[in-house]
Amino acid sequence: MSGVLVCAETRSGDRSEPGRRAIDFELIAAGRALSEQGAGPLAVALIGAGAEAHAEQLDVDGVEQILVVPTALEHFEAHVTQAALQALIEQHCPAVVLAAHTVDSLSFAPALAARGGHGFASDVLAATWQEDGLHAERGAFAERLIAELDFPGKQTVVLLLRTGAFASPHDSGGRPDGQRASVTRVELDLDAAARSERVELREAPVGDVDIAKADFLLAIGRGVGSAEKLAQIERLAELMGATLAVSGPLVEAGWGARTRKVGQSGRTVAPRVYLALGISGAAQHLAGMSRSRTIVAVNSDPDARIFDVAHYGAVADLFEVADALERQLGNGD
Amino acid sequence: MKTLVPVKHVASLPAGVLPDERGTLDIDALQWAPNEWDAYALEAALALREGASDGDADDGALREPAGEVLVATVGDERAEQSLRAGLAIGADRALRVWDDAFVSDARVGLDPLAVARVLATLAERERPDLIVCGAQSSDAASAATGVALAGLLGLAHVAVVTQIERDGERLTVERELDGGASEIVRVALPALLTVQTGANRPRRANLRAIKLARTAPIALLSLGDVGLDAAALDASAGSHALRLRERERSSRATPIEGTPVEIAARITTIVEQALSR
Ligand SMILES: Cc1cc2nc3c(=O)[nH]c(=O)nc-3n(C[C@H](O)[C@H](O)[C@H](O)COP(=O)(O)OP(=O)(O)OC[C@H]3O[C@@H](n4cnc5c(N)ncnc54)[C@H](O)[C@@H]3O)c2cc1C
Ligand SMILES: Nc1ncnc2c1ncn2[C@@H]1O[C@H](COP(=O)(O)O)[C@@H](O)[C@H]1O
Repeated sequence: MSGVLVCAETRSGDRSEPGRRAIDFELIAAGRALSEQGAGPLAVALIGAGAEAHAEQLDVDGVEQILVVPTALEHFEAHVTQAALQALIEQHCPAVVLAAHTVDSLSFAPALAARGGHGFASDVLAATWQEDGLHAERGAFAERLIAELDFPGKQTVVLLLRTGAFASPHDSGGRPDGQRASVTRVELDLDAAARSERVELREAPVGDVDIAKADFLLAIGRGVGSAEKLAQIERLAELMGATLAVSGPLVEAGWGARTRKVGQSGRTVAPRVYLALGISGAAQHLAGMSRSRTIVAVNSDPDARIFDVAHYGAVADLFEVADALERQLGNGD
Repeated sequence: MKTLVPVKHVASLPAGVLPDERGTLDIDALQWAPNEWDAYALEAALALREGASDGDADDGALREPAGEVLVATVGDERAEQSLRAGLAIGADRALRVWDDAFVSDARVGLDPLAVARVLATLAERERPDLIVCGAQSSDAASAATGVALAGLLGLAHVAVVTQIERDGERLTVERELDGGASEIVRVALPALLTVQTGANRPRRANLRAIKLARTAPIALLSLGDVGLDAAALDASAGSHALRLRERERSSRATPIEGTPVEIAARITTIVEQALSR
C-alpha cells in the first residue's frame, strides 16, 4: 500500500468553461507534497474516452506515471468512473487516492470508498503524510470548526479535496525537473452495467447580462429575507452603478435569475469590486467569487465565513447600510 | 412503492461554544434543527407517493396514497424532532437508530460512511424501491452519506438532483452540475437519489397533523437490533476524528465600523477607489 493516485477531473472534456483544469494541478500539487512526505510515488489516472489527449498536459513535476483508462462513453458517467477507479485501486494499491470535491466526484467516490472499505473524507482542506500515515483536515459544524482526522487501519484512503484549498505552482504544465512520466494505457473490461444513463446535457442558461463581465457586482444573499426587500436592493444596485448577483437560495426561492447565481453551481466571477450583503460565505459560494479584486462584506453575524475572504467587512444590518447608501447616492452627492 | 428518506438532525454552534481541551464538543450546548436539504428529499418522496411531480398541487383534491414513505435517522432523542416533522407532513413511519456506541463519536460529528453502514441495515430490512437523501447536511457538509449508502447496497444512484419524474419502474431526473449546467439522467428502480435544495416546494404541516405527530410511535433500534456492534461501526467509518479545533481566522478583512451612515460613506469611498484603480 504505497503511492498516491490522483484521479483527474475528466468532465471538463465535454465542458467549455476555461480554467476548470486548475483543479487537476491542485490535486497533483497536493499529491506531490504527500509523495515527498513519504506516501510513495505519484501517479495520475485519466479516465474517459479521449482521456489520452490530456496526458501531455498533466505530465508535470512530480508525476511518475500517467494511467490512461479509455472508456466507451464520450461523457462522464458516475458508475463507469467508479468501476475504473476501483480496478485501478485493486491493481496499484495506492495509500492515497485524491479527487476533487465536485458534483462529479461526489457521485462516485463515497460509493467506491464505502464498498471497498477504504478510508474517506470529503471537502478536505489540508492533508499531510506523517509517521503514522495520512492525516487530513476538513470543516465541521458548518465550518465553524476544523476536524483533524486520521485513518487507522485503512490500506487506501480516498480524499476529495476542496477546489482552491491547495496551492498549485502549475497553471499550464511543463516539467522544469526535466523528467517525463511514463504513460500507461490500461485496458479494463468495464462492463459496469449501465444502470443509470445520461440522456441529455443542458448547458448553463445564458441571461440578459453576463455577471462575469461586470466590474462591480452587488451580491445579495438570503439575509435579504423577502422578494419585496430584494426590490430595494435592486434599486440600490442601479443607484451604485453595480450589476446585481445572487446566492443560491435566492434562485431556489424564485427571487433571482439562475444566470445571476455566483458559486460552484453558478458563475465564477472576479470583478474589481464584489459587495456582498447578507451572504454567509458557504464554501460553494466562495468557490465562485473569492478571486474578486476587492471584496466588501456586510453581515450581521461577526462569525460569518464571508469575512474570511473579504478585504473590508462591516458587521451590520444590511438594510440600515442599504438605506444609508440609498440616501447618500439618491441625494446626488 | 416504498421509499426510505434518511434525515439528519443537524447541529449549529451558538456563539461562544467551543471544543473543550480534548477537542470535543458538549452536545447539550449545541442548537439542533432538521437539515435544510432533507425537507426537499422528503417532499420529493411524498410527491412521488401521490403520483404528482409537485408537492403544492392546488386543486385541493385528496389523493389516495400509493405506497409508503419511511423516515429514518441515526441520532439521539433530539433527532425525533426531525422524524416528527416528517410524520407531520405525511411520512407513514419513523425509525431511529441510536446506541451508546455513537455517543463519543457524536461529540466530534458522526462519520458519513458509518452512518451509511447503519442506514444500509435498515434498507436491507425494509427493502425500499427508492431511497431519497439530502444532497448534503448543513453541519458536516460531507455530501457523501447518500452515495456511500448506494455503494454499500449496490444501488443505482444519481447525486444532486433538482427534478424527478417517474415513469413506471423508471425515473428521469435532472442533476445539477458545476458551473450552471445540468444533465438529464434516466435510472431504473430500485435506486437512490440525493436531492438539492430548491428541487421542489416542501409542504407545510397543519396544526392537527403536528399534534398527532407529537405522540406518534417511533421505532427505536439499537446497534444490536440492526445486527451491528461497536467494532463493526468503527471498521465501517471512513475516518477517525482526532479532535476539533477553532478555525483559524484570516485577519484579512479591514473592519468598517461606525454608524450605518458612516459605514455607507466608507463603502462608497472603497468602491470608488477600487473601481478607479
Ligand atoms: C452541490 C451544491 C452546490 C451549491 N452551489 C451553490 C452556488 O453556486 N452558489 C451559492 O450561493 N450557493 C450554492 N450552494 C448552497 C450553499 O451551500 C449555501 O446554502 C448558500 O450559499 C447560502 O446562501 P446565503 O449565504 O445567501 O444564505 P445563508 O447561509 O442563509 O446566509 C444568510 C446570511 O445573511 C446574514 N443576515 C441575515 N439577516 C441579515 C441582515 N438583516 N443584515 C445583514 N446580514 C444578515 C446571516 O447572518 C447569514 O450569514 C450549493 C450547495 C450544494 C450542496
Ligand atoms: N445521522 C443521519 N441519519 C440519517 N440520515 C443521515 C444522517 N446523516 C446524513 N444523512 C443523510 O445523508 C444526507 C447527506 O448528509 P452528509 O453526507 O452529512 O452531507 C442527509 O441529507 C441525510 O439524508
